[in-house]
Amino acid sequence: MQIEKTAHAAENKEWKPMIVAFCCNWCSYAGADLAGSSRLSYPADVKIIRVPCSCRVNPMFILRAFERGADGVIICGCHPGDCHYTTGNYYTRRRMALLFSMLDFIGVENGRTRVEWVSAAEGAKFSATMNEFTAKIRSLGENVRLGDLRCRN
Amino acid sequence: MQRIGVFVCHCGSNIAATVDVKRVVECARLEPGVVFAEDYQYMCSEAGQMKIADAIKREGLTGVVVCSCSPRMHEATFRKCAEGAGLNPYMLEIANIREQCSWIHKDMETATEKAVVLMRAAVAKVNLNVPLKSGESRVTKRALVIGGGIAGIQTALDIAEAGYEVDIVEKTPSIGGRMAQLDKTFPTLDCSACILTPKMVEAAAHEKIRIFTYSEVEKVTGFVGDFTVDIRKKARSVDIDKCTGCGVCQEKCPSKTAKSEFNRGLSKRSAIYTPFAQAVPNVPVIDREHCIKFKTGKCGVCSKVCPAGAIDYEMRDEIITEKYGAIVAATGFDMISLDKYDEYAYKKSPDVITSLELERIMNAAGPTGGHLERLSDGKPPKNIVFIQCVGSRCADKRGKSYCSKICCMYTAKHAMLIRDKYPDTNVTVFYIDVRTPGKNFDEFYRRAVEEYHVNYIKGQVGKVLPQPDGTLLVQGADIIDGRQVLINADMVVLAAAIEPDPTARKLATMLTASIDTNGFLTEAHPKLRPVESPTAGIFLSGVCQGPKDIPETVSQAGAAAVKVIGLLSKDKLLTNPCTAKADELMCNGCSACANVCPYGAISYEDREVRGIGVREVRRVAVVNGALCQGCGACTVACPSGAMDLFGFSNRQITAEVDAICR
Repeated sequence: MQIEKTAHAAENKEWKPMIVAFCCNWCSYAGADLAGSSRLSYPADVKIIRVPCSCRVNPMFILRAFERGADGVIICGCHPGDCHYTTGNYYTRRRMALLFSMLDFIGVENGRTRVEWVSAAEGAKFSATMNEFTAKIRSLGENVRLGDLRCRN
Repeated sequence: MQRIGVFVCHCGSNIAATVDVKRVVECARLEPGVVFAEDYQYMCSEAGQMKIADAIKREGLTGVVVCSCSPRMHEATFRKCAEGAGLNPYMLEIANIREQCSWIHKDMETATEKAVVLMRAAVAKVNLNVPLKSGESRVTKRALVIGGGIAGIQTALDIAEAGYEVDIVEKTPSIGGRMAQLDKTFPTLDCSACILTPKMVEAAAHEKIRIFTYSEVEKVTGFVGDFTVDIRKKARSVDIDKCTGCGVCQEKCPSKTAKSEFNRGLSKRSAIYTPFAQAVPNVPVIDREHCIKFKTGKCGVCSKVCPAGAIDYEMRDEIITEKYGAIVAATGFDMISLDKYDEYAYKKSPDVITSLELERIMNAAGPTGGHLERLSDGKPPKNIVFIQCVGSRCADKRGKSYCSKICCMYTAKHAMLIRDKYPDTNVTVFYIDVRTPGKNFDEFYRRAVEEYHVNYIKGQVGKVLPQPDGTLLVQGADIIDGRQVLINADMVVLAAAIEPDPTARKLATMLTASIDTNGFLTEAHPKLRPVESPTAGIFLSGVCQGPKDIPETVSQAGAAAVKVIGLLSKDKLLTNPCTAKADELMCNGCSACANVCPYGAISYEDREVRGIGVREVRRVAVVNGALCQGCGACTVACPSGAMDLFGFSNRQITAEVDAICR
């Protein structure tokens, strides 16, 4: 940790959060597209990975993201009951509840992880969620837990 | 090692204005596996696609990344182009640098950095892509239309005319829907029944159409081309084949206390009833809640008087299972509840009515025989006030944010008809805006103002106060003159907002079709695919997709029919090859995957497994590619990590994560 801080100080570069957003193809990815076509901005720190369904998000992907230095991970899916695959988002909800509480226990605060339901029609909600989530990550600062020092320059 | 080509689109200035495309190209050249990169103004144009095809052939590319708009927009276009050049279409991925980058960021530096990251993630993924081959599935050449209003009827007729079988499922005892309740239609003032009933009869008589009235869709399984649907035929208590529709039962029925749904509760009907005289089919149903026979066991008058012996008290709900290739949702709308609008005194005074109630009152077959009269004392009203946008374009939570679209026109119609029939009646309309964007619509509205001298006041009504003398004091504002307006009205008509029929939400869940915040079914693309749901094989017709008037509904119904016909005309469909597959060496046959699979696509087989130091017969999971829809639930449930998903494999997504977090 000590090494990290000095490295940053030396570079004197403004810290930018690194946020990974997993979006399901049917609702949230389309919601993100709608936010885009409606020109509703959100921070560029958010990078989206398209998955067929939120239930495709393996906890391993989230751990990997934190290991590689992500400061926040958000998973977006269809609203409960509206899943394109009928039940996928229910699995997500349960899996992530468990994973997030475990992550919190080992020091990756609950604020860094989130599951949000965004429908294809909710461009505004997508943008608002991402703005809010990024602000939250900024307030939490850099994620130092789980980060693999070997991955850092 | 892959040989990847990266193609960066300017999208005119849509991308190039905020993303330095040249830099994205330069950065792409440094990525592992990338052997070629270029940019072009419009990649999706013919010339742009030629560039991709040429590069695939010339450079011997094994993978392609297109940095452009959303894959939801042009993934299919580019994959087709790649296929044409001899590359497996699934070796192409899109980096979305328009919707998710250039359109939402203003700063060139930030946007370019993000675009580079998105490009890297796509390249990292393509490095791990493998060629995939689509399977084929059969198409059941029949369609199901849910909802028997004008939208459903028109869609069914158009599909049937093309020679395909169609079933209509309607929850009420007759087809016809809301349009059957209307008196006249704008802007031509055609009699609604006169133009609708021939269509109802035509649908009923068509050899390719079957109509299930008083029925509801109970369960939907399957996928495009091969849906299996359970339809609940509710117990009608009248044998549809025996009944001649003579109507004696309704006449003799001693229980006449139920409120007529068709007349919006303004009149009473018998317990055995057809909703209206022109009902199709003209076969009554017994409302078991109000039937004396069902309540007390005594009565049975209808059975005694029925000359055809069609009454069957023992009848039970029946569930039939049918197969369809396509499903059209045409569930229509209802008026919002006015419970939250106490200021208009709708609950307090019978003379405050909704527009649909007025429609019934004006109708010759309605509760007053077509005479415009106050429901409280039966006197003709001398002063009528129409209030627009009750619950539409509403900023607060109790109403709807959208414009209901039809109210301006039907109010102009009502006002005109009243002024025409009762010239000494004063008609005042309070409006926010008058919206008349349709063929001959504005002319129609102008006629109401200029020819019929309907008094239009721009402003809203704050309160309607019932007075002791039976009149209604309407307190409104005229925002043009900037003054308060007080009108002593005899009748107040509320243009209540329309909302999707309450059954739409449940249906959307069954169809796995998405729904928007207002409960309307979502179209696949707001401009280019307005009658298709994002879920393949599900189509949208009429107001279930958004507010529209009759001409628009009919055109959309026809458009939905064309899409259905296009689907049904195919013998086979290509299936999505992005399906799950278990690694036999790692699978231990624990059944965790089968338990979470929503399609029952996973079964188990005993297979001889050969690996390094392993040779044994083991129970392993086998995925049926025709049933698997590729959600990936099983991949995460698998404790040994044996299950993976083609197109979105563990390694691919991990590579994307790594590329983003670099």
